[in-house]
Amino acid sequence: MTQTQSDEIMKSRPRYGVLSYRPGSTHFIVADGEGGEAVQSLFAQAPEIATTAHIVYIPGANGTDLSAALETLGAAVFRKAPSYGAARQRIQKVLGDAHMGLQLYAAGTEGLIGQVQRDAVEAGLPHDALQTEQRGSLARRVQCVHCKGITENVTTDPFVCSHCGLNLFVRDHYSRRLAAFQGVCIDAEDPGEVPPAVERFK
Amino acid sequence: MSGASKIPAIVTEVVEVNSLIKRFRFVREDGGPMPGFSGGSHTVVEMEDDGRRRLNAYSLMSDPADRSGYEISVRRDDGGRGGSMFMHARVKPGMRMQISQPVNLFGLDLRAKKHLMIAGGIGITPFIAQMAQLDGLGGRFELHYAARDRELGAYMNELSARYGERVHRYYDTEGQAIDLPTLLKGQPLGTHLYVCGPKGMINWVLSTAQKQGWPKGALHSEEFLAPPVGEAFQVDLALSGVTVNVGATQSMLEAIEAAGIDAPYLCRGGACGQCECKVREAEGELLHYDHWLSDEQKEARSHIMPCVSRFKGSRLVIEL
Repeated sequence: MTQTQSDEIMKSRPRYGVLSYRPGSTHFIVADGEGGEAVQSLFAQAPEIATTAHIVYIPGANGTDLSAALETLGAAVFRKAPSYGAARQRIQKVLGDAHMGLQLYAAGTEGLIGQVQRDAVEAGLPHDALQTEQRGSLARRVQCVHCKGITENVTTDPFVCSHCGLNLFVRDHYSRRLAAFQGVCIDAEDPGEVPPAVERFK
Repeated sequence: MSGASKIPAIVTEVVEVNSLIKRFRFVREDGGPMPGFSGGSHTVVEMEDDGRRRLNAYSLMSDPADRSGYEISVRRDDGGRGGSMFMHARVKPGMRMQISQPVNLFGLDLRAKKHLMIAGGIGITPFIAQMAQLDGLGGRFELHYAARDRELGAYMNELSARYGERVHRYYDTEGQAIDLPTLLKGQPLGTHLYVCGPKGMINWVLSTAQKQGWPKGALHSEEFLAPPVGEAFQVDLALSGVTVNVGATQSMLEAIEAAGIDAPYLCRGGACGQCECKVREAEGELLHYDHWLSDEQKEARSHIMPCVSRFKGSRLVIEL
């Protein structure tokens, strides 16, 4: 029987900080859901950021939508997108066209932060070049290690893989390349013996 | 045995590149291939100088794809402690020498989209190997190389002939200087910056990049320090139970080795951290010259790097 592993023993478990202004040529900010509040704090801290800021905002899967407030911050560019998948092309294009000196910020759910980090690394930035702040839902992006399908916004442990239907235990083992936690079949030895799902990542 | 393990080698070529720089080629004594290395690696050359053993680190400048031998370039330092003078005056083709396995403290980050290299003077050598490596891989790079004058700009013509537009040359005596702020501003996202040269140049390049918002992980530098000459002092080795006298032109590490103690080391230039030693007692001033210890460690007087650092005072006890 498996049990939840504590964060202390899993080195790959990401840690997050608080967004703070750093001098740079442009400021590219990607946020979802409550991550919008972290963007508001960043602008309150350094209002001069606005003229060179580009914000991409994705309303939360839980319904949180701060786009009206973020639009009034006066960023040079503001774009709202329905999902990370929908915003990804823009994000990749901005990173692909940018020059060194660009400051990158990601705020909101772990799934969003991880995907911004993955795309930043693909653009050639060191993995610690972006500033992160976790806000709002603790929902996880999880890859099923059996079928490799990714399930977004996982809040319970175990959960059912949205691709292959296996019952998956959510580990703290994290992949920067996939921007996802690892989900492992919990009833492989005793099929059907699945502990009740607990809401661990509200 | 401390340090990287040794390769018995024979000097096959000694070439005078200009009035200050000589190039040396080593092949294995047993005729076999040299160990593979990556651009930016160095080797530690062992010199037997009339009973005095000198160990100096030099960047490998030959093509990493060429396993038949290693090449280094040595700039003669007339005011130095004698290692480069020995290489220039005494090392001849046919001579047998021990060199260490390659160690890389200045490797390329191959995840970069582009490699921007800035070299000052003899600091060009690691880049020659790195450019050969990147050229073979189809990597994107650009070199900005500054030297005092045309005569001292070693390898500039060869590099320009080989890599064309990717090589940019600057001569101090002709009033040419790298326009660093503009150069750094124009780099595409995903560029990594590498600098090797005199201390002042390294500090200038790194601080300019940081001011422009370059992330630390994209900045790479290498400077080997020669151990400075200073006043003689004594050091007690607590674990070995030995007291060692360090001469004015000797480094602490050399004095410890001369006393028969096998102390750990790799680069011998204050860069790698291998020889870090705990300080037990210090009545006097620790003279830190390394790039390794943090400011906090230096302030706490808790550690010292015997390869380059010295001591001035009445009593020093280290854990060795």
